Amino acid sequence: MTLDDLDGVDRRMLNRLQDGLPLVARPYAAVADELGIDEGDLLERLERLCGGGVLSRFGPMFHAERLGGGLTLAALAVPEADFGRVSEAVNALPEVAHNYRREHELNMWFVLATETPERINEVIEEVEAATGLPVFNMPKEEEFHVRLHLPV
Amino acid sequence: MSAATPLPLDAVCSLDEPAAHRRLRAVLEQGLPLTPRPWKSLAEQAGMAEEEVMACVRRWQADGMIKRLGLVVRHRRLGIEANAMVVWDVPDDRVNEVGRRLAQEAAVTLCYRRPRRLPDWPYNLFCMIHGARRERVLAELAAIAERLALGELEHRVLFSTHAYRQCGGRYVQEGVA
Repeated sequence: MTLDDLDGVDRRMLNRLQDGLPLVARPYAAVADELGIDEGDLLERLERLCGGGVLSRFGPMFHAERLGGGLTLAALAVPEADFGRVSEAVNALPEVAHNYRREHELNMWFVLATETPERINEVIEEVEAATGLPVFNMPKEEEFHVRLHLPV
Repeated sequence: MSAATPLPLDAVCSLDEPAAHRRLRAVLEQGLPLTPRPWKSLAEQAGMAEEEVMACVRRWQADGMIKRLGLVVRHRRLGIEANAMVVWDVPDDRVNEVGRRLAQEAAVTLCYRRPRRLPDWPYNLFCMIHGARRERVLAELAAIAERLALGELEHRVLFSTHAYRQCGGRYVQEGVA
């Protein structure tokens, strides 16, 4: 499924739902009403987009730190020849949430999400032991709030 | 309750009971079911009342434990492939002001201040810009830099070339850390 498979109503629906669902007993009916479609149609469209892999998650987004967990962004400078081995070692850790290759000397960027804040440093040591590379740990110090919205 | 009826203000949230708290978090973690009364479905699984589940969610939203109720679009699946992390070296006395202004730009999807790691990494402000193509993202960045008069700040654009893992962590939204 790609952007071309979405019709105008799908796009309006995705754009609307990225702004959040109302906390009411029948949230889909409320949003369908705003969009001028019926609840059953909205639910069918959502089923189709979930099935097509366009939507990864629906519902409450928890704030990891406020739940008592740890979260950080970390980077490695991985020699090109070792990239495969290092990415396997990093991705094998259950605390690694996302891992992106980026164009820079620091070429591997990953997010660690842990049950407790203390666990972050332990996982960083595990990454260093498993890869033999120093980890650049860059936890957020301040978050500047944005609207999380990708127009489609 | 009808679709538009707001939650009664006196609905009780019994999260002081740890077992109920854990059960509710476990069901919320699965996300909202695509059924007409999703909170009711979750409430049945957690052995709670619909109103109570909604009251707990509202309290967690007020406390900031739940950042929002909504959906996550897998933008790569939709062909929005260019994902640029733009990093800036901003003097310490200006970084919060620049961060706040960048975050207000529509194209900026995340904006954080992070520690420098000298000498290798002098950048202390990170923002994400997504777009269908690199040229679009770079044009957007140039427009933002001009609007906010950021031209003099040292910055780098780190495009991602591959996502090895997306949305692995249950509570972690894409790109959020």
